[in-house]
Amino acid sequence: MASAPGVNYLNEKSGIWSWLTTLDHKRIGILYMIAVMTFFFIGGVFAMLIRYELFRSGSQIMDGPMYNRAMTFHGAIMVFMVIIPGIPAFLGNFIMPMMIGAKDVAFPRVNLMSWYCLLIGAAVAFVSLIYHGADTGWTFYTPYSISTQNGTIWMVVGAFIIGFSSILTGLNFIVTIHKLRAPGMSFWRMPLFVWALYSTALLQVLATPVLAITLLLLTMERLFGVGIFDPTLGGDPVLFQHFFWFYSHPAVYIMILPAMGVVSELIATFSQKTIFGYKAIALSSVGIAAVSFFVWGHHMFVSGQSEIAGIVFSFITMLVGVPTAIKTFNWTATLYKGSIRFDSPLLFALGFLFLFTIGGVTGIILATVGVDVHFHDTYFVVAHFHYVMVGGTLMSIMGGIYYWWPKMFGRMVDERPARISFVLIFVGFNVTFFPQFILGAMGMPRRYFDYLPEYESLNKISSVGAWTIGAGFLVGLAALIHAWKYGKISGPNPWNSKTLEWQTPSPPPHENFTTQPVVTAGPYEYR
Amino acid sequence: MSSASTTSVFMPPAVTEVAKNVDTLYGFLLIASLISCILVIGGLIYFAMKYRRQGDNDKVPYISHNTALEFLWSFIPFVIFMVAFVWGWVVYYQLRTFPVDSMEVMVNAQKWNWVFTYKNGRKSPALLTVPVNQNVKLIMTSKDVLHSFFIPAFRNKQDVVPGRYTAVWFNAEKLGSYQVFCAEYCGDNHAGMLAKIDVVTRAEFDQWLSTEPYKGLAPAQIGQKIYSTSCIACHGLAPGEKKTGPTFAGIFGKTEELEGGGTVTVDENYIRESMMLPNAKIVKGFQGVMPTQSGQLDDEEVAGVIEYLKTLK
Repeated sequence: MASAPGVNYLNEKSGIWSWLTTLDHKRIGILYMIAVMTFFFIGGVFAMLIRYELFRSGSQIMDGPMYNRAMTFHGAIMVFMVIIPGIPAFLGNFIMPMMIGAKDVAFPRVNLMSWYCLLIGAAVAFVSLIYHGADTGWTFYTPYSISTQNGTIWMVVGAFIIGFSSILTGLNFIVTIHKLRAPGMSFWRMPLFVWALYSTALLQVLATPVLAITLLLLTMERLFGVGIFDPTLGGDPVLFQHFFWFYSHPAVYIMILPAMGVVSELIATFSQKTIFGYKAIALSSVGIAAVSFFVWGHHMFVSGQSEIAGIVFSFITMLVGVPTAIKTFNWTATLYKGSIRFDSPLLFALGFLFLFTIGGVTGIILATVGVDVHFHDTYFVVAHFHYVMVGGTLMSIMGGIYYWWPKMFGRMVDERPARISFVLIFVGFNVTFFPQFILGAMGMPRRYFDYLPEYESLNKISSVGAWTIGAGFLVGLAALIHAWKYGKISGPNPWNSKTLEWQTPSPPPHENFTTQPVVTAGPYEYR
Repeated sequence: MSSASTTSVFMPPAVTEVAKNVDTLYGFLLIASLISCILVIGGLIYFAMKYRRQGDNDKVPYISHNTALEFLWSFIPFVIFMVAFVWGWVVYYQLRTFPVDSMEVMVNAQKWNWVFTYKNGRKSPALLTVPVNQNVKLIMTSKDVLHSFFIPAFRNKQDVVPGRYTAVWFNAEKLGSYQVFCAEYCGDNHAGMLAKIDVVTRAEFDQWLSTEPYKGLAPAQIGQKIYSTSCIACHGLAPGEKKTGPTFAGIFGKTEELEGGGTVTVDENYIRESMMLPNAKIVKGFQGVMPTQSGQLDDEEVAGVIEYLKTLK
């Protein structure tokens, strides 16, 4: 491999076997990157097919059953195999130990096992394709998931196994952050990305087991007829929703908190200024994580849960909005009087703020229970969570990749294709998902393979936008591959960043630092 | 405000009093959202442009925090969120508080149609006819999986759950025909699980309710009516048309290959069996997903469907 001179983690050993059995957190980070990018590509192909089907009213290339499988695979792949492991397991694995001045994570073998859990889980989930696929949506709602005759069970077991990948990574990070910080690195000197990963890890460890239990109960009901959710066996289908969202709402924050961490790093570095309200951002991460356990019922405002429950969940959901708003204001305030450099990582961070703000305010609209009754299960919700998940998390993953690519491979990404990629993704994203807010207001329900003719024009616009996003990601991929092979040598700290991971050669040596770093100041001491 | 709210941004026309209240609240939220977005995104773009890097020796101030500012931008959103919450609660209370003098209609959901049953026993698939300015309460349950009864014009939606009853109410103020969707994913033909609500005058409604639905119709005409509400979602009429189920074009007398081998000639008994026990003999290339019509259709209606199928050459 053509990499920067010197012995580093990339060239100290060679051969595929040295990668598949590696215990180095950086190499495992790269393994995650390859896996997540592959899954993202597959999930993206499903997205493109879905938008092709929805380009016109009526059936184009798919009928109902085929469409339902496509949307299930798109959702399940993107949630379980891309967005959840995307930042913590890929970027977090690579960067976090270096950020706190550690040689590795606390349990390197467990770290490698997490990666294999993801791969095995994904493989099991794809087995469902042999058995006519899975068509429940990524939410596996009962009793449909119990009665449908196909490979759903494989998808469920796959998600179960992937859950362990998430739990083990979370556990590893909590111990690492508590026990392996460099001398002088107090909690209040940790970079905000580490704070975000810490909050995320708490969620992964506390919430994911509930998903595991739920999926296990579902499997027992399907295979052995144990009546838990199926009303014909004396079960309650709404109970499944409670269980499922008790995990899956915190999971939303497993997806967005690390993204917020990445954005904090990008904003501070590219405005060369200390972050505004460090403690407020750090604590709001923890606050969001804590409150996020008590808002699951807002997914169930019209499910048949009691009206009082609906009102209480609406109230608590509003409370989550406050720390989220605080973070947004803090990032904006950090730019004030900064020395802002518009490199592609910052473009993605600004893109994040733009899209996440829209995702946030529409979240408040949906949290308002009287209005949500109309918007629930319409395209308004689809648009909202894509603004948060794609506009938020994916934008920040892209920003993080461009930012840390020189750290990973010692080479710069060419700015021109990176910016073209940003513009295509950003513009394409808004063209795709803004019309979906309007479709939702008009009343178009989600998960429809065919729709009434009055929704056609906006759907056409949306599809064109989706293909633009697809093109943007392909350009980005080409830019990254080009940089990996032929990029300009970056030097250890091309962005003049103050956090620890940049105070070592790029790419870093095995065990990260040549001498044990000692921390004497906060992470954003730009003066 | 009320005149503005009836023509709310991109919403379908509001047909009930509660729907107008939803729209007023939605209008408030939209304006608040717009202002917030302009402030945050505007500030972002303004700062990013104004403080662009001049050179590597830029002096930046060291501003770690500002307690007064931070309190302010935590407190103001909190107040706005609380206004949204309380207002949302009030509207939700109106949506979910049932008037005592309602006309009740039973709703049975099953894959993939809606059947409405009135107090006098009148059954109506896929079409709910109600009088204008009348409180109507729908008591709903499902025979198979989750569905959700969604009427955009009324801004109302409620999941329909097997094994229990849920309910919605409305009072439509304008004559017209309004779309009903299934909003909770229910499988292959979820997108085809539609119905209409016809809001008519009191006199028209009374006449409609007391009329025998099949009075003066030939059996094949009865069958056609049933087809257009109960079968159309999954069975086409064009030759070779493949929906969730086989096409009905030229179906009577045809010899069909079956899943798992064997053939069957489509006659009266096969059609009847396919309606009552849909999984007994499944045509090759299809899945056994049709729900039974046992208890849904009576003998006259089954015979009507058979006669109708005979007319489809």
